[in-house]
Amino acid sequence: MKFPQLSVFIENRPGHLIVPCRLLAAAGINIVALSLAETQKYGILRLIVRDWHKAKDVLEANGFRVSVTEVLAVQVQDRPGGLVAVLEPIVAAGLNVEYMYAFATKMGDEAVLVFRFEDPDAALQALKGSTVAFVDTVDLFSRSSRA
Amino acid sequence: MSHALAPGLENDRSASDLIKADFLPRERLRQVQDARLRNMVRLGFEKVPLYRQRFEAAGITPDDVQSVDDLSRLPFITKEDLRDAYPLGLFAAPMSEVVRLHASSGTTGRQVLVPYTRADLAVWTEAMVRTLTLSGVGPDDVVQNAYGYGLFTGGLGVHYAAEALGAAVIPISGGNAARQIAVMRDFGATVICSTPSFFLQLIDRAEEAGVELRGLRLRVGVFGAEPWSEEMRQRIQQAAGIEAFDIYGLAEIVGPGVAGECSVHRGLHVLEDLFFPEIIDPASGRPLPDGEEGELTLTTLAKQAMPMLRYRTGDITALEAGECPCGRTLRRMRRVSHRSDDLFIVRGVNVYPAQIESALLAVKGTLPHYQIVLTEEDGRERAEVQIEVTPDMFSDRIGVLEELQDNLTRKVAQAVGVHLDVRLVEPRSLARSEGKARRVLDQRNRPG
Repeated sequence: MKFPQLSVFIENRPGHLIVPCRLLAAAGINIVALSLAETQKYGILRLIVRDWHKAKDVLEANGFRVSVTEVLAVQVQDRPGGLVAVLEPIVAAGLNVEYMYAFATKMGDEAVLVFRFEDPDAALQALKGSTVAFVDTVDLFSRSSRA
Repeated sequence: MSHALAPGLENDRSASDLIKADFLPRERLRQVQDARLRNMVRLGFEKVPLYRQRFEAAGITPDDVQSVDDLSRLPFITKEDLRDAYPLGLFAAPMSEVVRLHASSGTTGRQVLVPYTRADLAVWTEAMVRTLTLSGVGPDDVVQNAYGYGLFTGGLGVHYAAEALGAAVIPISGGNAARQIAVMRDFGATVICSTPSFFLQLIDRAEEAGVELRGLRLRVGVFGAEPWSEEMRQRIQQAAGIEAFDIYGLAEIVGPGVAGECSVHRGLHVLEDLFFPEIIDPASGRPLPDGEEGELTLTTLAKQAMPMLRYRTGDITALEAGECPCGRTLRRMRRVSHRSDDLFIVRGVNVYPAQIESALLAVKGTLPHYQIVLTEEDGRERAEVQIEVTPDMFSDRIGVLEELQDNLTRKVAQAVGVHLDVRLVEPRSLARSEGKARRVLDQRNRPG
């Protein structure tokens, strides 16, 4: 399934990462998955949250630059070769992965992979013909929600 | 010397009466200029010791200046002279005749005190009435005046002229962007007067607040007090759905109202019957012909309390003669692209912020908020251009941002001829000024 992902521009300096995190915490927004990409001078904090509209509003109201991108979330078996099984149909379809990150869920022996493709719909089509299992919205947020 | 008073003050002259001066045949204008100049030169010589000393040192008397053609015989007066004369040294009128004191904004150092007699205020109001009329402002307008009120001339200069025109003035002054947006919407402002950099802040803030500026009644913006570019005009016009006019002035001469754009937008008409412009070579001081770029030098033709004879403004521009499609006979000055004192030097290379601006614009088509920070490490000078990330710059992909940063670095280096580091920074992280934008932050350890 496709999910909206928020990306936040942050300068690569002490004390900068915590600011958007504090804002989300104060707004009662739980971060389901995240990845932080960094360069020497700045970084991009990528977030998946349930109420992304609210998160975006909160961050932008506090001066953060936020963009929304569609990413794909798929299940992967938490064992050797699990990632290869997911990547194979992607390679077969000639698709390039812009970036990806993984996170573990609290249930079962599965992890979730988040993929960023240039064209998420084309990737969705390519993967639909494979055995790769998508994670749907309810699934993603229930797996990660606190007990 | 007598000068007719402006509407709203002692003598009721209508705006349509006042703007006739914009359309005087050149020969007639010339007669007015010559007569007024003779008075001005005599006033300066008789009342201001500095002028008398300078004249005598140059071996000239007031009789040597019969027309504007003789102006080049007079010595220049500079900002340094005004600072040295601080506070009262150039006053030509006793304090009993002075009714208002303003000060220059001090962008480049110590402020300069500027006195006005009642007649001076009338001249200023006349100048601003004519300038606002150039921008199409009239009695039906609601003018949101976001220039700072106070010692800075912008606020009161716009205020009295807009009232004299019969417009409704909202004296909101500068600052508090969120409130400006709410007032603009709720009061139905049709005209905004502010610095262009402050209006860019308002555009950002309106966007954050979810207010569609294009949907408001606002139709005209009168922007001045700092250099800005054609690209900034395009951005402002597009984002706010208004027509943006450039206005020019400086406290030392009168305040805003020295020159303004008409709707043809091919330069700013200089109110030549009140302020006589010359363009000079900044290095040699030699007068340059119309069309050539140099430093604008102004002579007041109708000011009593502090006449300025050949004041070097530091603003780099050119004058264009020839008829304007609007019918005005007043010469036009090109938009001021930079000031001679904006200049900063990095590793021996002269750089103007305007060059960096054009490079930034070339990459993304819009001008982000930026600042140039000069530092020194182990005796090596570093210049860093800090740029606030705009929505159209930002991407979730590092590769895209890195490419943008490289591209900006290359374009800046091409424009200025020396490598400057480029750093993308978070929105709102650079200091904002309510008045003039401060582009260069020099943190180098310098003797003196």
